[in-house]
Amino acid sequence: MTAANLLKVEGLGISFGGLRAVYGVSFEAHPREIFTIIGPNGAGKTTLFNMVSGVYTPSAGKVYLGGTDVTALAPHKLSRMGMSRTYQNLQVFFRLTALENVMVGRHRHENANVLAHLFTLPVVARQNRETRDIAHGLLKRIGLEKYAETSAGSMPYGALKRLEIARALATEPRFLLLDEPAAGCNPVETNEVEETIRQIAGDGVGVVLVEHDMKLVMKISDRILVLDQGRMLAEGDPKAIRTNESVMRAYLGDHGAREAARA
Amino acid sequence: MMGKYLNHPLAPVVGLAALVAVLPLVLPSAYYYRIAALVFISGLSAIGLNLLMGYAGQVSLGQAGFMGIGAYSVALGPSATGLPVWLWIGVGTVLSATVAFLVGRPILKLRGHYLAVATLGFGILLFMVFTNENQWTGGPDGMPVQRLELFGWRVRTGVEWYWVSGALMVVGAWVATNLIESPTGRAIRAIHDSEVAARSAGVDVARLKLVAFVLAAVYGSVAGSAYALLNGHLTPDVSGFIKSVELVTMVVIGGMGSIVGSVVGAAVLTVLPQALTVFHDYEHAILGLMIMLFMIFLREGIVPTLRRRLAGGGA
Repeated sequence: MTAANLLKVEGLGISFGGLRAVYGVSFEAHPREIFTIIGPNGAGKTTLFNMVSGVYTPSAGKVYLGGTDVTALAPHKLSRMGMSRTYQNLQVFFRLTALENVMVGRHRHENANVLAHLFTLPVVARQNRETRDIAHGLLKRIGLEKYAETSAGSMPYGALKRLEIARALATEPRFLLLDEPAAGCNPVETNEVEETIRQIAGDGVGVVLVEHDMKLVMKISDRILVLDQGRMLAEGDPKAIRTNESVMRAYLGDHGAREAARA
Repeated sequence: MMGKYLNHPLAPVVGLAALVAVLPLVLPSAYYYRIAALVFISGLSAIGLNLLMGYAGQVSLGQAGFMGIGAYSVALGPSATGLPVWLWIGVGTVLSATVAFLVGRPILKLRGHYLAVATLGFGILLFMVFTNENQWTGGPDGMPVQRLELFGWRVRTGVEWYWVSGALMVVGAWVATNLIESPTGRAIRAIHDSEVAARSAGVDVARLKLVAFVLAAVYGSVAGSAYALLNGHLTPDVSGFIKSVELVTMVVIGGMGSIVGSVVGAAVLTVLPQALTVFHDYEHAILGLMIMLFMIFLREGIVPTLRRRLAGGGA
């Protein structure tokens, strides 16, 4: 595996007002792989995500995407380099239709000439059609085509979680960061999310996942990183993590341990 | 079949063009043509502001400042240089766009109320310049404005201005509609709902806010030029705080995120004060009351609310 197609994080850390929220976190994520970050509430999972995706500027460490240093690069630039993400609390364009939501994800592939847009030159019309077709295809692939012309504001919660994924996919990411994609989903919706994530990794995208649903995590992950109080506790495949005594007791708790054992 | 045409993005623009074409059938005198021309001019400025407020979700209380730049360009430029009036509409537009670009970069980092106050300050600043530079602008008393001449045609009467301003408004609506349905427009609308998500989708949020701000300025500037040329006389009020608030009210009453709504809002705020003069001393009180009632009963704005009710009733 060459550095050219890796997402590599080295010694990443951040402090908020003297409090070290995350420190010394390193990992590598690979294409076609589902790499999951777990840990109890407040462990720093979302903070880590925010640093990797350029939302926060880390106070220490580096992020490399395909061998390029992308530390603290603005999210829209990261997106253009092939790393997109979703958010734990829904970040959907509620006034837009589902189709338009996904079309926005094509932004980086579209011509950005505002003057051409003001007069809908033929090239813009053609591009609009192309974007629309691709967005339709993605909605279909993710099972949301019946909502295409529905305003996102009136779609059910589970569908919106997947809509966010479809929009991120529209950017054609090499790495996709999913922050709790199954949070708040019922079992049926969780299965749909699981199926979607498998498909995405199967298509060659590297998936980095933060998820609380242990059953889903153990089933779907290739490798797992355990965070606690801002530092790395363990890393390994689901089997290793499941049987890791300290992880079990300290971070999944007795209940989590039972759940993980059953999954 | 009809539905297909009615749902076409350009249908509202065709509707506005049709309105401009048939309205003269019911306008009884030159006075009414003048009022209609004022509606179209305010509507043009409101369409620009709606791109910024209704679509991008960024409040501006300084839109009239750009109308001032456009207005004083056509008032000062031609007599000072001898260059034709129409050229100075373009100069004003470029000037407004440049000022918006320079001012927008720092202040669009602000959000919500902070942005509102910053744009308010910008508008007041321009108003003060136009008021205090007596030797050029004539101060609060104002100054005369040369007539517009297009290819040897002197645009002078209310009827002539009806057609010029109507055409400007329709073209403005068409361009705005094109933008909204383009990649830039989709990104601008996305910013309104979630800036973080827009960024993750690859949208350069700061750049697109600036695009919306500059476009709003261009619309305001052209409208300001037309306003000065229609009146033949210009005072700093065109750029004043009251004018900016009027424009915001037009956008909100007509409907945020509705091009037709901008023109409807402009019509309400332009025609009502004229119609209410029959109430003499109470006209302002009644105007205020009606604006309140509009907001209470048609909260999303006249056009979006009616459209939703019609769609609901038809289904």
